[in-house]
Amino acid sequence: MKISVIITLKKDVLDPQGKIIHQTLEGMGFENINEVRQGKYFEIDTKENDPKKAKDKVEEMCKKLLTNLVIENYKIIDAQ
Amino acid sequence: MKSSVITFPGSNCDRDIDVALKKFGFKNKIVWHNDTELPKSDLVVLPGGFSYGDYLRCGSMASKSKIMKSVLNFANSGGMVMGICNGFQILVETGLVPGVLLRNKYLEFICKNVFVKINNKQNTYFKNIDNEVLKFHIAHNEGNYFCTKDQLKEIEDNEQVAINYCDKDGKIEEQFNPNGSLKNIAGIFNKEKNVLGMMPHPERMIDPALSGEDGSLFFNNLINNLK
Repeated sequence: MKISVIITLKKDVLDPQGKIIHQTLEGMGFENINEVRQGKYFEIDTKENDPKKAKDKVEEMCKKLLTNLVIENYKIIDAQ
Repeated sequence: MKSSVITFPGSNCDRDIDVALKKFGFKNKIVWHNDTELPKSDLVVLPGGFSYGDYLRCGSMASKSKIMKSVLNFANSGGMVMGICNGFQILVETGLVPGVLLRNKYLEFICKNVFVKINNKQNTYFKNIDNEVLKFHIAHNEGNYFCTKDQLKEIEDNEQVAINYCDKDGKIEEQFNPNGSLKNIAGIFNKEKNVLGMMPHPERMIDPALSGEDGSLFFNNLINNLK
């Protein structure tokens, strides 16, 4: 079973990369952008076939390694 | 005095700190990250470098290394643990010291000498140092110290700030902040002050022919404080 996780920076954490991407996009002529925030995306293919159990395991992975909860949030977006 | 330096895959300041510790009288051992037992030590150092290629978040993988269990036990029972640069990043990922180190504010790798002001001398690391300001070297891409408002209050209430970036006279202002760190923080302690994490490299300042001597001052003082 494949589970996807999106990790984003918390709202009040500075994201200099997002800022530069925003500036570059504007420089290329893309207008009307309020803000760009950069994050991370993981695809975890697990041997667990029970969606609930698999999600719980991935949640544990998020808490223990994949995110630093001081600055980041995680969202398990997809299980298939 | 006995010390141990932990080498992770990607550490590159382990030899430098080994040279520095030996120069000032420590009997130092280099310990591999996959070992499980820490040799008997009066000081454990997590060195600078790019452990695990800085993958995921700097220090995140190293903080889960086998040897870190022993290092955590050692630190939690009052043992002296110092993390320099990547070692500081590893310490924040273990939770031994609060906060995180974000990408430098202007997205540049910074490699230069800086001045830091000692904020707290009531601890084994800085007790008896006459200087208020030390000249150290920094070389990092992720040294931008950040923590939550609640953490900052706790850090300040417990006097956990060890050193701040400043000018040569000790003035702590934004213009002397190389990387965007909150309140110019360059190094912090845990609550008990036996764990120190800092971005600057004192081991690069132990030879006047190469750089400076403020690192010598630091290590000499440290070994005397430990005796």
